[in-house]
Order: sequence, then C-alpha cells, then structure tokens
Amino acid sequence: MSTEAPEAPQAPEDSRGGTLRSGKGRLADPIFKWIVATCATIVLVILALMVIRTTSEAWPVFVKEGFFGFLLGEEWVSGSSRTEITGTYGAWPFIYGTLVTSVIAIVIALPLAIMVAVYLTHLAPRRIAKPLSYTVELLAAVPSVIFGLWGLHWFLPNVMRPFFAWLESVLGWLFLFEGPVRGVGYLPAGIVLAIMILPIMTAIIREVVAVQPVEQQMAAYALGSTRWEVVTKVILPASFSGIVAAAMLGLGRALGETIAVLMLIGGAQSWGVSLFSPGSSMASHIAATFGESSPESRIALMAIGVALFLVTMIVNILARVVVWRLGQFTGDAAV
Amino acid sequence: MSVSNTASPRGTEIGRGVAPSTVRYNREVPGLGDPVFEVSGLSIHYGSNKAVRDVNLKVGPRQITAMIGPSGCGKSTVLRTLNRMNDLIPGARVEGRVTYHGEDLYASDVDPIEVRRRIGMVFQKPNPFPKSIYDNVAYGPKINGVRGNMDDLVEETLTKAALWDEVKDKLKESAFALSGGQQQRLCIARTIAVNPEVILMDEPCSALDPIATLKIEDLMYELASEYTIVIVTHNMQQAARVSDRTAFFTAGVDDAGDRYGSLVEFDETATIFSKPSDQRTEDYISGRFG
Repeated sequence: MSTEAPEAPQAPEDSRGGTLRSGKGRLADPIFKWIVATCATIVLVILALMVIRTTSEAWPVFVKEGFFGFLLGEEWVSGSSRTEITGTYGAWPFIYGTLVTSVIAIVIALPLAIMVAVYLTHLAPRRIAKPLSYTVELLAAVPSVIFGLWGLHWFLPNVMRPFFAWLESVLGWLFLFEGPVRGVGYLPAGIVLAIMILPIMTAIIREVVAVQPVEQQMAAYALGSTRWEVVTKVILPASFSGIVAAAMLGLGRALGETIAVLMLIGGAQSWGVSLFSPGSSMASHIAATFGESSPESRIALMAIGVALFLVTMIVNILARVVVWRLGQFTGDAAV
Repeated sequence: MSVSNTASPRGTEIGRGVAPSTVRYNREVPGLGDPVFEVSGLSIHYGSNKAVRDVNLKVGPRQITAMIGPSGCGKSTVLRTLNRMNDLIPGARVEGRVTYHGEDLYASDVDPIEVRRRIGMVFQKPNPFPKSIYDNVAYGPKINGVRGNMDDLVEETLTKAALWDEVKDKLKESAFALSGGQQQRLCIARTIAVNPEVILMDEPCSALDPIATLKIEDLMYELASEYTIVIVTHNMQQAARVSDRTAFFTAGVDDAGDRYGSLVEFDETATIFSKPSDQRTEDYISGRFG
C-alpha cells in the first residue's frame, strides 16, 4: 500500500477549526461567584454583629436582674444613673404585650387570608379577582403610621368600641373579656395588626394555592367532590407548609410592628389578662421611651431588643417544628 | 361485591400473560342492549368556538367503548361531557342531548356532583392525591359518607384494581412513592372505590411504558365485566386490543377557517379495524395520517 495518500482538501480556517482550549480563560463566572458569595456573607456578618453588639451592651442589665429575672420580672422602674444599673427592669409586661397582640393578629388574619386567597384563585370571576388582588396588595404599601392614625381616630371609636362593649356584655364572664372597656389596649392593637399583616399573608397563600396541581383537583371533582371538599380536603392540605410560611411572615411582622401598636396599645407599663387592658409591646415600649431615656435605661431597652430577637427566633423555630411534624400527616409534598 | 378474577360474564377466560389482542378478538361483542349513554346532536362550544360538532353515539353497558382519532378531534372533550367535567372549564357550553339511562344529563335540576359520583374518571397523567395510598382510595368513600369497614373496602378495591399484592405492606406510604403504572392503577382504584357505574378513561396509558400499559389493559378488560368503560386513546392498537366498540373522530376545518372535531364512524371495533365504511377511517387506521 502506498503511503502517499492523495492530499486531503485543506479545511478552511473558519469557526469550526482551532483549539477547544480557551487561551484567555473565562473570568466572568468566578468573579460573579465571588460577588454573590460576598453579598451573602455580608448579610450574615451584619446579623452576627448586631446580635453580639446588642447583647454585650445589654449585659449589665442581665447581670443585675438575672436572665430569667429580666424576662419574667413584672416591674419596670427606670433609674437615672450614668455608671451603674440602679432601677428595676422586668420585661414581662412588654413580652406579654407583644405575644398577645401578635396572637390576636394571627388568629384573626390567618383564616381571613386563607379565605381571601381561595376566593381570589378559585371562586372569583376573573374581572373581580384581578382588581381585588391589586387592592389587597396595595394594603401592604400603606405605611403603618397611617394604620395607627386611622385605627385610633376612626376605627377605634366607630367600630371597635361598640363591638368591644357588645363583646364585654356577652363574654364578660370570661377572664379574657373582662371589663372595663377602655378603648386602647391589646385587642384594638391586635385587630389593627391583623389588618396590617393580611396583605402579605394573602399574597403568599394565594401563590401557594394557585400552584397546586389542577390534575388533583380534577380527580377530586371526578369523584363527586363539591367545591368545598376540593378546597378543604385537597387544596388546603397540600398547601399546608406554604400557609404556615405565610403565617410566619405575618407573625414576624406583627411581633416587630412598632408605630401602629404604640398608638393603639395604650402605653401602660403593666399587664393584664383581659384583652381590653392597656399595655405595651416590646417594640412599642422601646419606641415610646427611647427618646428621653437615661443612659442606664437605654441599656435596659437594649436588653428588651435582645429579648425581642429571642422571642422572634423561638417563634420561628417552633413554627418549623410544627411544619415538620404536621407536614408528615397532611401529605404536603414540600415538607 | 366480589373480586372479579374469574371468568367474565360473557364466558371468555381472561388469561394473564396472553397477549391482550388475541384475548380480545375471541370475545363476542356484547350488544348495545339498553344503552348507558345516548349522545345525539352533541356540539360543544368553547367561548365562541364550536369545537365539536354534531356527535351521535351510544355506549352499551358493561363493555369498553373506545374513542380514537388525531389530536384536536374532540374525543377528550366529548368524553368530558359524559360526566359534566366540562362544567369546570370556563366558557364551555354544550348543545344537543346526552342521556344517561334515558335521563338528560344536562337537565337544569341534575346535580353534577351526583353525576360524577356515578360516572368516574381516570386521567391522562396519573394524579394521585399527595396522601397515603390508603387515603387515596378512602377519599371518595369518605366524602360520599360511606359507612362500614373502610379497611375492608380499601383492600377489596385495591384487589379489584390488581394492586393489592404490590402495596399491601405500604398502605400508609405516600402514593408518590409508587411507579407511574402503579399510580395509574391506584387512580383506577380510587375511582372504583365509590362504586360508580361508568369509568371514563382519558388516555390512561399515554404516560406509561408498554409493560404498565398492558397491565392497565388487562385491568380494564377485567373491570369491563362489572363497569361500563369509555376510553379515549391515541393508541389504535390499544383500542383494537381492548374495546368492543370504537368511535373514530377527526379534525376538520370549516368554511370560516375554524378547526373543529366531529365523529366519522362508530361501529364494532372489529368492523372499524377490518372494513371501515368511511375512507377517512381507513386512512387513519392504516397509518396514512394522524
């Protein structure tokens, strides 16, 4: 055999030729990766610095009152020293105020949000659903001070006062609704908080409910389910983790909400089991007294901040446990 | 209710492992008898579009009726009118007459919930609920207020759906853990758990592999001794293997340029596949289009 092969036609120097190795190297990807990684780290660092800083600032109060003494103490008397802790600092009235207003808010807002979301996604005619969901979302854009003003000057005297009076006359025997009805207090603050957290919760639940597979709903209808059964037995159980997530976000906002609560909760530094009692939440107490605080009471307010952070964290952890435990029984695929 | 693993009432043995096509053609085609459904002059509109025009057919009791035809011919749409699933599609409107045992399905006082309880449906994609296998089967009986021993009902139903042996040890596990074919048999079990008279199947095997498909076909064949089955399928061999009667639909374009589906021919399956009376049917089954 001849080794002289006929000369192969030379491939033209077009884009198909050349080496597969890139001489320059691709820089864009590593750079992009570093930028996003840095941003993620910065968030963590800021959070850590905040926790460390506030805790160390508040340390003297925890030392004097004891950690649980501070959390469960019922008396709050500010001292005016510059160098040491002379007052008595018990944050329980504020912790209680935060918890009770947030629970009221979530108890009212969650069923409402679920119903609005189901209505918007499954029942409302399209020409109503669109404007209505915009309106609900618009509610989220209203500044909380407006809610406070509106709640205090219109909603409280015109709607809540008569409602409270009726509530007291019917359920007054129950410790939660024991009179006297004073106007401002836990209940009005909780109700206005419910209105404030409704939009975010509705928006999230609506998204979760809307992406539930239509096939499963069709299967339920084909078995002779009514719409009610499809909603309560197929759609909502499958949306469970999303609904809890929505409740968490709403609760997070309710726990930290300051101005509207400040305007409606009454500002008392004591606490009472009746929902009509005036009180303070942690955030509202900080905002109300920070301006004219003495150096030592400022440290005590910092300690309330730490407590607020702790409460929020515990609530979130509890919620995750709930999702994890109950999700196994509701068959939520997202768990 | 007993498990129907024995001979079908028509005297044909259902042989496991025997190719369904040979089993099928040994069976005598049951008569239309007292038809379960009578469809006359049926047209279905979606909004302003008349998607399906002038369909006439009858579905006989305890037999398998297949609807075949190319995409867009309206066969699934027609199927959904039989248990009023089209009610759930906004803008869908039905014209003409559909009777179920002589009763107008679209009379104003007919409750679609009750219709669907008696006329079950199995869908194209296996669509179990995100619940346990047990709860999937028990869902229908529960919402329909069935009393009695649910465990027995679940076992009986799963046995009937030829799934019991495969799942009896994992009834509490998620239905999503099953294979596609098992999920589809679970969906069939879920449907028969409410003891319907009719099972509508909308391309029940199109998402399954050939082995799983054969199992479903075996199952349909067994169920036909007790239930009336209407199946929509893309697969002509499937229609030929399992069905007693076949309706062939086609898609056309009218003078205004709108696509619509219509029924071309409805006859015994053997006739449709051996000597169809319409040229379009022959073209389709011989693979010339579609």
